[in-house]
Amino acid sequence: MSEYIYYPGCSLKTSGRHYDESIITVFKELGIELKELDDWNCCGATASPSVDEAKTSAITGRVLALAEKSGKDILAPCAACYMSLKKSKKFLENGSQKAEKILKALEDAGLPYKANVNVKHPVEILTKEIGMGKIKAKVIRNLNNIKIVNYYGCQIVRPFTEFDDPDYPTQMDDLMDALGLDVVDYSAKTKCCGGALTANLEEPGLRLNYILLKEAKRKGADAIVTLCPLCLFNLEITQRKITKKYKEEVKIPVFFFSQLMGLSMGIPKEDLGFSRSMIPLKKFWEKVENGGSK
Amino acid sequence: MKIQEKVINEEDMDRTFLNDIKEASGSTEIDICIQCGTCSSSCPMAVYMDYTPRQIISMVKNGMRENVLKSFTPWLCASCYSCQVRCPMDINITDVMYAIKRKAVEKKTYPSRFAIPVMDKEMHKILTHNGRSSEVLLMLKLFLKTRNLIGLIKMAPLGLNLFKTGRIGLKKESIKNKKQLRQILKAVKEESQ
Ligand code: SF4
Ligand code: SF4
Repeated sequence: MSEYIYYPGCSLKTSGRHYDESIITVFKELGIELKELDDWNCCGATASPSVDEAKTSAITGRVLALAEKSGKDILAPCAACYMSLKKSKKFLENGSQKAEKILKALEDAGLPYKANVNVKHPVEILTKEIGMGKIKAKVIRNLNNIKIVNYYGCQIVRPFTEFDDPDYPTQMDDLMDALGLDVVDYSAKTKCCGGALTANLEEPGLRLNYILLKEAKRKGADAIVTLCPLCLFNLEITQRKITKKYKEEVKIPVFFFSQLMGLSMGIPKEDLGFSRSMIPLKKFWEKVENGGSK
Repeated sequence: MKIQEKVINEEDMDRTFLNDIKEASGSTEIDICIQCGTCSSSCPMAVYMDYTPRQIISMVKNGMRENVLKSFTPWLCASCYSCQVRCPMDINITDVMYAIKRKAVEKKTYPSRFAIPVMDKEMHKILTHNGRSSEVLLMLKLFLKTRNLIGLIKMAPLGLNLFKTGRIGLKKESIKNKKQLRQILKAVKEESQ
């Protein structure tokens, strides 16, 4: 039995499917069987709060209340889900009239919410609760020749700063470092990828991602590592167009931290969703093969 | 040349607007803005906006309801919260942007053929109806509403790539207990009116 209830959210069932696959596999390797929250609904991301506040709190409230019934804390790998649920939790617990109305609607539908649930990100759980010692003990593959930059994006560090510093977080760096990867400092680690705007507005989308990719290239990274499905998506889909527009080669694989974790723990790459990369990984695998076992 | 005043006079200001946005955003600090510009200089999208975040805050404070509610600025906000965590006066600028968007949706003053408000509205509709979002459905609706066939065709290679890597769902996603969801949504709607 684990102390966490798993909330994948929509992205991890579609464009970020390899995040879902690798998170489940890695936690299993660490002895934690993740159970998915039954009948979970979407968090509304950045769309619902732009349209209707009460309905946004109602749908996120439903997720919180469903999770609370399980008696466990929510494990939310998607940065947007994590932020939306945290924001909703704060709103529902602020004692305002608006909040009371939402709580009553939830209760009338058989979902009383008593503010007894926490929202956590897997990186927090890994570094603060499971602990580096236990993780290090699982590492059997030497990846110290793989140079990476860690990209956090916005929603995981802002506006709530419980996760880490809002501009210069280091938790994922510490985790990757513990796995033995060659972590290089990345000044763009919390710069914006354009979020939901990037897929629809080409000019700002390409510009913002160009900044991120160029900096990763400048640092000589073999891959960008992230914890947000939308960041990964944007960084992948813009590469070809950026190379064309800015006449600069920016091709670089983008992975979820959990994929590299699994790799260093010796889990077969087939179980970690590496085949879902939109960027060719030939060079990357060559380098991994040259590393050898620990 | 037509001679026009370039300023907004006091009698043209809508004094109720500030309170409307305060109430909708939950950010009561708007009027203590010192116009330092930290928000605008932190904003990755400011160079594309018709008014910078600092200007928007000032316009809200000074009751320029119409200009604010018709602006592209809130729809170009990527919700990165850089401005909000850096504001020296603790103004929740991102939440103000969200509040402006909701007011513009309510009053139908948003830029109607612009992809972002259309996308937000359609996505909200799909996910409150089914409990989950469906990318393919969203894309189709988006291009129907913005009548952007070229855009749809341009998306085809990406769609194919996502399909090849098994990262796009073609079926309509839905939760089981839609009845419960509908009941909750109905209750909060009636209550909030
Ligand atoms: S950062 Fe805050 S105080 Fe400074 S201009 Fe922006 S809203 Fe006003
Ligand atoms: S939250 Fe919006 S307004 Fe604020 S810095 Fe980010 S994009 Fe700009």
